[in-house]
Amino acid sequence: MNILVCLKQILDPDIPARDFRIDPERREAVRGSADLVTNIFCENALETALQLKDAHDGMITVLSHGSEEAEDVLRKALAMKADEAALVLDDDAAQADPLQAARVLAAAARKLGSFDVIMVGRESGDWGVGQTGGLLAEELGVPFIALVEHLDVDEGKLRIRRQTDTGTEIFEVTPPVVISITNSENNLPRIPKTRDVMKSYRKPLTTIAVADLSLTPSSDSYFRLVEISVPEKETRCELVEGHNLEQRIDAFAHRVAEIANTTR
Amino acid sequence: MNDILICLWSANGFDRATQGVIGAGRRLADTTGGQLHAVLIGAEDNTLVEATSLRADHVLVADRPELHEAQPELYLAVLTGICRSLQPRAVLLGSDVYSQELTPRLAHRLEGSSMADGAELTVAEGGALRVRRTAYGGRANAVYELGRQPAVVWLRARGFAPAEPIQDHHGTVTHLDIELPETITARIAERYIEARDGVPLEDAALVVSGGRGLGGPEPFEELRQLAAAIGAEVGASRVACDEGWVPASWQVGQTGKKIAPELYLAIGISGAAQHLLGIADAKVIAVINSDPDAPIFKHAAFGLVEDYRKVLPALTAKLAELATR
Ligand SMILES: Cc1cc2nc3c(=O)[nH]c(=O)nc-3n(C[C@H](O)[C@H](O)[C@H](O)COP(=O)(O)OP(=O)(O)OC[C@H]3O[C@@H](n4cnc5c(N)ncnc54)[C@H](O)[C@@H]3O)c2cc1C
Ligand SMILES: Nc1ncnc2c1ncn2[C@@H]1O[C@H](COP(=O)(O)O)[C@@H](O)[C@H]1O
Repeated sequence: MNILVCLKQILDPDIPARDFRIDPERREAVRGSADLVTNIFCENALETALQLKDAHDGMITVLSHGSEEAEDVLRKALAMKADEAALVLDDDAAQADPLQAARVLAAAARKLGSFDVIMVGRESGDWGVGQTGGLLAEELGVPFIALVEHLDVDEGKLRIRRQTDTGTEIFEVTPPVVISITNSENNLPRIPKTRDVMKSYRKPLTTIAVADLSLTPSSDSYFRLVEISVPEKETRCELVEGHNLEQRIDAFAHRVAEIANTTR
Repeated sequence: MNDILICLWSANGFDRATQGVIGAGRRLADTTGGQLHAVLIGAEDNTLVEATSLRADHVLVADRPELHEAQPELYLAVLTGICRSLQPRAVLLGSDVYSQELTPRLAHRLEGSSMADGAELTVAEGGALRVRRTAYGGRANAVYELGRQPAVVWLRARGFAPAEPIQDHHGTVTHLDIELPETITARIAERYIEARDGVPLEDAALVVSGGRGLGGPEPFEELRQLAAAIGAEVGASRVACDEGWVPASWQVGQTGKKIAPELYLAIGISGAAQHLLGIADAKVIAVINSDPDAPIFKHAAFGLVEDYRKVLPALTAKLAELATR
């Protein structure tokens, strides 16, 4: 199997809410001292790819569309034992809408080779739009399966398991296919060994200038952010009182029961 | 065209999510001055057809045996065909996995725009659809304008108010004659429904939820007993699901279920923004957490600062005693 994993670099989504600010001019989060990280679902995707490779052999290429800083994301993926890495360098990548991102990724994928499975994360942890995967599938003219947690190969066909609202479904797929990966108990990203981190800096990394993909610029934008604000919502929490734990549990139980008994 | 198309799966019946999509579609069509079309894909369900026709202008029934169980590739073909002939201004879908998956693909085929997880729809001057949603894991509210037509959006369906039947109105019902692609290279071959007693998490009035603070799968059994004492369902944070303590379908939050219970009791959950996003519509949040500085207290109406292990069996017993029969 020839696997392509698309990795996006995002602002660390774990910044505490109290440190979170929006820059009104740029209409985006103030970076402050927050790190740039690999989108968590992209790491779940890479982990899923690595497991598929461990079980069935194959070749994993990782691809990112971003600024020079996105090299970090690719180096980390190489340390996790991805085989090859490519960066589409584009200083305007952060402003790209999902259709532009999909076009760039599709063109880069074609340039890099022929892939059986193309993996993306279910959504990016910052803006959380989750449209790139489906658009990429359409750009490539292949099916798309969302919220995948595991895949297997059986006589050249893929068996792809994905989450639904009530359980799971298994797809039988003739490659190629684009899939979006969600988090599950089985794809927590592995931690690279220090030795492999060192080695990753000596591995080759292909850079492609976005201009070299000869994409025709689109005349309109896919969507436009017109407003962004931080809602203020804080309630005063009443801590239940009592002289001892038993009394406090009793008070807590009464508050719970009051609501429970009216909803029956 | 100012018309709006809503896409519904017959298998869901007239459930809360379906009602939300119909409500959203009705109000949007009234705003644009267009007609509301509803396509129902799957085995024809008379109750749903009737309920929809009382609220929409036109009901299109897409019933073929191949469509009785969801097959995304076939559903996409059906929807693309309908949209090409209707040319709607906007296409609205629900929040289930098929809706999420089809949204960008349909938009691409129609050269429109798409957006996920819409919480409110408005129409800008000039006619473009605007979608309000959250960004940055629930820390911010964002409004996007979708310039290309149609605007294809999957909605946070249960958050939209249902529509009342329109007086003296009965929309047209058309049975579609549809052609399906002969071969598809991605097909759902097997389906597994998790055994889960009680109502779905999304529809529960009371939810008891556990997080990393529980430390393992066993305490979730105690949580289940507590939930049983008040007739609640059990949910979990992402950590508890990722650790494999409980199934992934129990996850509440940005990438899990978005719920709106009367009471959400969070035990051993810190209250990360992505988790809070899933309970933004909960009426009352109550907390048991050993750390008084846990962010979730800022969002709770009442709480108990304590190690859950010292609280649980006693609380369950007390609640069983207080329950009105
Ligand atoms: C893109 C993205 C999407 C995400 N989507 C989701 C989502 O959908 N849902 C979700 O839940 N998370 C989501 N997360 C993860 C989220 O950021 C948090 O990591 C997660 O919610 C933390 O889970 P937790 O509260 O169970 O664990 P922790 O944050 O570790 O909190 C555990 C809490 O338990 C308390 N505790 C410990 N021991 C005890 C005890 N004995 N008694 C009582 N209390 C105790 C601690 O004080 C602490 O407050 C997402 C993250 C990202 C980046
Ligand atoms: N600039 C990018 N570079 C690489 N992958 C991307 C990029 N943008 C989006 N993706 C992929 O698409 C997924 C969904 O992103 P989004 O549609 O932005 O929520 C991400 O998890 C990535 O796998």
